[in-house]
Amino acid sequence: MRIELIKRPQQSALFSAVSPLLALGLTVLAGFVIFSLLGKPPLEALYIYFVEPLSETWQLHELAIKAAPLIMIAVGLSVCYRSNNWNIGAEGQFILGGIAGSLIPILMPGFQNFLTLPLMLLFGFIGGAAMGAVPALLKTRFNTNEILTSLMLVYVAQLFLDWLARGVFRDPNGNNFPGSIRFPSAARLPEIIPSQGSAHLGIVLAVIAAAIVWVMMKYLLRGFEVKVLGGSPRAGRFAGFSSSRMVFFAFILSGGLAGLAGICEVSGAIGQLRETISPGYGFAAIIVAFLGRLNPLGAIAAGFVLALTYLGGEGAQMSLGISDKVARVYQGLLLFFVLGCDTLIHYRIRLVFGDPVKAQG
Amino acid sequence: MKKFLFALTATVALTAASGAFAEDKFKACFIYVGSKTDGGWTQAHDIGRQMVDKELGDKVETVFLENVPEGPDAERAIERFARSGCGIIFTTSFGFMDPTIAVAEKFPDVKFEHATGYKTAPNVTTYNSRFYEGRYIIGQIAGEVSKTGVAGYIASFPIPEVVMGINSFLLGARSVNPDFKLKVVWVNTWFDAGKEADAAKALIDQGVDVITQHTDSTGPMQVAEERGIKAFGQAFDQIEAGPNAQMTAIEDTWGPYYVKQIKAAMDGTWEGGKSTWDGLKDGILSMAPYTNMPDEVKAQAEKTQAAIESGELHPFTGPVNKQDGTVWLKEGEVSDDGTLLGMNFYVEGVDDKLPQ
Repeated sequence: MRIELIKRPQQSALFSAVSPLLALGLTVLAGFVIFSLLGKPPLEALYIYFVEPLSETWQLHELAIKAAPLIMIAVGLSVCYRSNNWNIGAEGQFILGGIAGSLIPILMPGFQNFLTLPLMLLFGFIGGAAMGAVPALLKTRFNTNEILTSLMLVYVAQLFLDWLARGVFRDPNGNNFPGSIRFPSAARLPEIIPSQGSAHLGIVLAVIAAAIVWVMMKYLLRGFEVKVLGGSPRAGRFAGFSSSRMVFFAFILSGGLAGLAGICEVSGAIGQLRETISPGYGFAAIIVAFLGRLNPLGAIAAGFVLALTYLGGEGAQMSLGISDKVARVYQGLLLFFVLGCDTLIHYRIRLVFGDPVKAQG
Repeated sequence: MKKFLFALTATVALTAASGAFAEDKFKACFIYVGSKTDGGWTQAHDIGRQMVDKELGDKVETVFLENVPEGPDAERAIERFARSGCGIIFTTSFGFMDPTIAVAEKFPDVKFEHATGYKTAPNVTTYNSRFYEGRYIIGQIAGEVSKTGVAGYIASFPIPEVVMGINSFLLGARSVNPDFKLKVVWVNTWFDAGKEADAAKALIDQGVDVITQHTDSTGPMQVAEERGIKAFGQAFDQIEAGPNAQMTAIEDTWGPYYVKQIKAAMDGTWEGGKSTWDGLKDGILSMAPYTNMPDEVKAQAEKTQAAIESGELHPFTGPVNKQDGTVWLKEGEVSDDGTLLGMNFYVEGVDDKLPQ
């Protein structure tokens, strides 16, 4: 017996639209089963997971802190994936952006004025874009697989950051402990409403980035180019679009936004360059991009959903003693159901019985 | 859907109600950097927490969060604890220092205890253990049993705590074998069984016949067992991983300290801004049973342990030279705690360049 996927002649518009909600529902359902199997009260666990983190103002701020990098990265990735380029290395671009932006407060701690922050953000964008340009160059010049090269550069970036934070960028007064000096306040991304919680401007920047990219995709020629080349490179060439220029555009935009997210995290949430600055935002943002249907505005909603799984995981661990691994399981399930729903909307399953060779012939 | 929502609300209401009864208990909270079953550092802290449950269980409720990454996540986790009614919060990794201080500023009524750090505040104390006392003893054992005269040291990060341990181990070994050498491998992680095991193999291939570690997994112990060499357990009795390899282990026993501090917090005698640095004599660390070694080595180890406990012997007593041969401690001079806590140099005989 064989299982075949047959392309559906027409796709249901309704199901295409509700597919992320369907996936979310299935994830919650799977959570119900998992919690029951773990012997925990499933309804209470679901409440702690998905509702309790939204019940207090300070927690909403924490949610925004967590969602900001996810949204910012996912916005770039959604354009990149739409153009049929597969950047899996946003984590590395995020880190390089964090490093590049930190150059200013670490190397020139005396440079403190209204230009400090904008320059840091610009450096962050450039750092991430430069890191993203590497797999683009390798792909267009040597025809390498960008999935592999972008992924492997993540480890390069992680070790480079580790070396900097323990070596040349280490705080000279820090007793040999890893980590740079703490940034002066002129180099810190300000909090939105300091009296209520600690959310910083990163979330605002992420939403603005999403809006700008959405406008580009919907109304500008460049957005059209992304969609055409992503859908059919041949058709794109007939239209006079260059697919290698598109590879660079996609990687520089997604890398740059990941880098911007990186410096926002360092300057907003952390306040110094540490040996690790990301708990895997660059990878989680891939889930966000798909959950948001590769739409920049969809990424905003999806970013908050994924941020919720991080916070909910903590709460479930504290109140019910559920392992923190459950949060990861949730994120994995979510991606599984999103991709599964999408596949089944585009294809139907056919079971083929009998001799596979004959059936093929 | 409506029914589901109703059920949800009902459950929540019930939970909230049942929660109200438990509120009289004092809440003690713990933040762990690793898994509570890591067989090392974090497990030792969790056993301390379980001791609190056992001794004060009728008056105290303990809660923990494990695998909390150092950085902004730690700050949120600590803040969450502070807001959820914790009376005292123990943050059990060096990297939680700045987050602890930051949250403590916002919650002056909550008491904070940070392990192994150096920053305190009116409501933050630090606590640490003089691990180097144990490392001197195991160094001396290594000096006695090693045939090659070279030991291997699997080290995590070049922070003073770790450098201090390396130096103490070597001083112990040199107290019985003045030509003893030490090779060091930096793995740049607290917990990675694979990396630690690889480091152990590399060291054994370079001719060391005793290894020790300042990392948290049992990986090196298993390699030592396979290769038939000797090793020492870290933070936890690892005899199960190395029944023929482990000679002893430096065991962390945080429980009594936790019980003492929680009691103090409950009856109002808890004091902030203090730094506690206890040693073998206080019971905050102890040595696992001496085994897999000749009787006379065991007798010597017990004697050294007794001398350290009585205060007769301080591992960092001169004459001690730095790695470059310059004098650090003159004959009979004892290092002060400040130098130890900020230690960023090797003593003579370490076959490694300290990463700077």
